[in-house]
Amino acid sequence: MSDAHAAAGALAARALLWIVLAGAGAMLATAVLSLPEDGLGLADETLADLGRTGVEHPVTAVLMNYRAYDTLLEMAVLFLALVGVWSMAEARPRPTAPPGLVLQFLTQLLVPFLILFAGYLLWAGAHEPGGAFQAGAVLAAAGVLVTLSGAQLPSVPRALHRSLLLLGLVTFAAAGVAVQLGGGAFLEFPPSAAKALILAIEAAAGISIGLGLVAIFEGGRPSEPESAPR
Amino acid sequence: MTGAELYALTGIALFVIGLHGLIRYAHLMRKILALNVTGAGVFLVVAALAERGQDGTPDPVPQALVITGIVVAVAATGLALVLMLRVASATGRAELPDPRSE
Amino acid sequence: MTGADGTPLIVAALLLPLAGAAIAFAMPRTTRWVGIATAVVLLAVVVMLCGAVGAGGELSHAVGGWGAPLGIALRVDGLSAAMLLTTAAVSLAVAAYGRSYFRDESAGPAGFTPLSMLLIAGLNALFVSGDLFNVYVTLEVLGLSAAALVARAGTPEALTGAMRYLLVTVAASLVYLLGVALLYHLTGTLDIRLVGARLESGAAAWSAVGLIGAAMLLKSAVFPLHFWLPPAHANAPAPVSALLSALVVKASLYVLLRVWLDVLPAARADFGAVVGALGCAAVLWGSTQALRQDQLKLLVAYSTVAQVGYLFIPFAFTSAAAAGTAWRGAVYLVLCHALAKTAMFMSVGNIQLFGGDRIGELDRVVQRLPLTMAAFAVAGITVAGLPPSGGFVAKWLILEAAVQEGRWFVSAVVLVGGLLASIYVFRVIGPAFTKGAQPRQPRRVPNAMEWVAFAVALATVLLGFFGMPLLELIDAGAPFGNALEPER
Repeated sequence: MSDAHAAAGALAARALLWIVLAGAGAMLATAVLSLPEDGLGLADETLADLGRTGVEHPVTAVLMNYRAYDTLLEMAVLFLALVGVWSMAEARPRPTAPPGLVLQFLTQLLVPFLILFAGYLLWAGAHEPGGAFQAGAVLAAAGVLVTLSGAQLPSVPRALHRSLLLLGLVTFAAAGVAVQLGGGAFLEFPPSAAKALILAIEAAAGISIGLGLVAIFEGGRPSEPESAPR
Repeated sequence: MTGAELYALTGIALFVIGLHGLIRYAHLMRKILALNVTGAGVFLVVAALAERGQDGTPDPVPQALVITGIVVAVAATGLALVLMLRVASATGRAELPDPRSE
Repeated sequence: MTGADGTPLIVAALLLPLAGAAIAFAMPRTTRWVGIATAVVLLAVVVMLCGAVGAGGELSHAVGGWGAPLGIALRVDGLSAAMLLTTAAVSLAVAAYGRSYFRDESAGPAGFTPLSMLLIAGLNALFVSGDLFNVYVTLEVLGLSAAALVARAGTPEALTGAMRYLLVTVAASLVYLLGVALLYHLTGTLDIRLVGARLESGAAAWSAVGLIGAAMLLKSAVFPLHFWLPPAHANAPAPVSALLSALVVKASLYVLLRVWLDVLPAARADFGAVVGALGCAAVLWGSTQALRQDQLKLLVAYSTVAQVGYLFIPFAFTSAAAAGTAWRGAVYLVLCHALAKTAMFMSVGNIQLFGGDRIGELDRVVQRLPLTMAAFAVAGITVAGLPPSGGFVAKWLILEAAVQEGRWFVSAVVLVGGLLASIYVFRVIGPAFTKGAQPRQPRRVPNAMEWVAFAVALATVLLGFFGMPLLELIDAGAPFGNALEPER
């Protein structure tokens, strides 16, 4: 096939792609505009039972109680991404060159505040926007800053690091099973204990999410061999 | 047209643009970014339509779904980026071979 | 029997593989036994669950005690139970095989065992889920773990195959999610059955179903959306190929079937005709492509494209009786094909380890790996749908439905697909008896890998004799009830 033919073919393929996608977009736009005006939803139901969820913020109530099972699986997805990353590569070496003045200064200034802010988000999630994932993400930002600045982190034993990465998922599942053994449904938090249970789960999840995101950022499993032979 | 509908239509536009980028561009970095644009479009549709509550109270369920969706998207993106680096180091290019030539 | 009896079993089936993954990750030195121990316990749990479903019909559990629409409902009917049983059986076989296959693996805490356990956790969670958004999360668990598992092979082909698969599966999940979003805003619920009860047809409903359908057809690699499957399945490590071909492609079929049965009771015919036609095309195209392959794993991968096609044919049937018969056949075929493909990929994995994975390089493999070749041949009988295998029973049911509705083209496709499958299976077995072009020094294949492949292949034949109890299990809770005539 000549170059001109190939170019024409590519152009046609590109045009076809746009036509198909534009058609799909138009169909979807029609669909969105045709949705009923007074939205059906679960706003009222969510608020009606809010008093029994252990939290006051409706979004957190959905995440940590009404649909806690989704959030449990979401923790599994995050753990899975970490295992996947570790299975594919070894971590990139940390930067050895000293960081620039700005990065160093910002790291020293921001990291304590970020950690404090993560704790605040965790606590605030019960009654205003916030929660475990937000706290974990901020914690991860602190960890990424530290990693980029090349600062030496206190060395944590491998097994402890892995346990902390699992902490959120294990706490969540264990709480779900515990309340079931107590006679309820899986993940049915009794209203009296819900607040404490959810806070414990969120704290554990926040730590695991923060560490997990940092570990994914590092791009692979820790590079040194396991201390004990396999 | 209400504000919610405008946001939702923007979400649809992002969804389509993201799919276009995913199919059209060869470089894996662009594909992964396009996937995130697609995801942002879907999340925008979900969140925007949550605003159409009966008496102005937004529906918290779709908002919670978006938070879950974002976490899943972060996880997928992290995995995809590391896989991209492995592909690049194994083949010398951060691109997928043409399936017809395989 | 009340739901209380089975509920702990449902939760156990969800959490066991997660626990296995966590243990293997936290204590890497346990990897050698934790996978197989988890799989044994899981199989026991699932068998008990099947017993409970078979005796008492559908089991359900309101997670968090809320129930639909606010909470998430778990439901296990005969269809779910059959899928769980398939998953548990294949995961036990794969764990036993993978133990030898990956014995030199050096990934420490993040190797085959935790990833495969997470994949199984995702499958189980999907098969018991009654909630559309929850299904989205489980699909992501499946997609990410499957992509990471394909990349375990580490070759450039496996890495690009994994990358393509990851992009496709994540994009398809997002398309599905947009469809779910539309359904939520139309019906105010995410519970599959409630959505079905409240949904009225209209532009948004059709868009939503179109999005979900397209996403699931892409994930199941239904012709012509199969482009990503052969490179991913053929280049993955053999136990991973088995998991993908046996289980993962069926997961999206399951989602489509659930949406079909529970969300779309009205106005199915057009959509069903298209999907059924694609299924027929997949049978013919996949079989002919399998015939043309020289590389064994690609042959088996294209065979998956063809066999998955069979599973989509029942969408075409319009009369309740024929559809019910065909669906029972298709679900039974899921189980048979899963075991047969597992055995085939394991045999090919053994041959690959032995040396050479091209048909031309099969140098008297029958004498040297008799169990492996026997496993391939016996599994081939099921794939070709010859008696006395389970595949015969399954395809017979689909054929019966086609004849019942007078769909002669579909009947012809079912028969021709079986004929082509017999030919491509024989193309492998024939050369295995003869001297190869270049004689080669064989490498040792661990006995366990040969025996596992053979045992799984044998199980596909045994399935042919246990057809009736399994078909009864599939009917428990009447998953196809609305497709069956009441007097049946």
